[in-house]
Amino acid sequence: MSETKKFLYVNRKAPYGTIYALESLEVVLIGAAFEQDVSLAFLDDGVFQLTKDQKTDAIGVKNFSPTFRALGDFEVTKLYVEQESLDERGLTQSDLQEITYEDEDDDWAEKPSIHIVSRSQMAGIMADQDVVLSF
Amino acid sequence: MSTLHTVNKSPFATGSLLSCLNHCSDGDAVLMIEDGVYGALAGTRISDEVQASTKQVSLYVLSPDAQARGLDKARYLKEINGVDYDGFVDLVAEHSRTQAWL
Repeated sequence: MSETKKFLYVNRKAPYGTIYALESLEVVLIGAAFEQDVSLAFLDDGVFQLTKDQKTDAIGVKNFSPTFRALGDFEVTKLYVEQESLDERGLTQSDLQEITYEDEDDDWAEKPSIHIVSRSQMAGIMADQDVVLSF
Repeated sequence: MSTLHTVNKSPFATGSLLSCLNHCSDGDAVLMIEDGVYGALAGTRISDEVQASTKQVSLYVLSPDAQARGLDKARYLKEINGVDYDGFVDLVAEHSRTQAWL
């Protein structure tokens, strides 16, 4: 048995202009097989990854935004979104997809995965990790 | 339990350096590498903000990257120290984790 470590995936890029966002999500899904304590951070342009109503048909690339809603099934249930990054971009939480998970320790109650945090809280989350993977 | 942050983009092209500095905890270190070394310059539109961060955070520049770009040490903010590749390794070893700001 290996010890569980705290992994944070830091997302700071918008979804389709570069491959970073999709690659991050792929690594999160692969990493989920290793049963670590996983959190995702969305700050700066990374908050654009979680907006609703993404439609990519006309640019010929896969719309991977629905995949975020599947993360709960892989026990990835902590998505931290920075309030200041939303504010700077004229966004509120209502512009983001609703992402939930079923809590097996609470009779499979449906709970929100997205937590809006301040910049200083985000700094504290980053400082609390064993491993930080940046995208 | 501090963090070493690395920044590899020019602060005049992306917000990575300022975002990094805004997410540092007291006692963290920031190492500017590749085009990130331009963040060490004195007399720029961000140098006041960079200088102010040195109250909480230690700032370093990877000297080979700065030298490659013709940046003499005299042009860095005085609070910023140069390190060579061995110094980079030491910084990684001295901190609990390394976080890249891409």
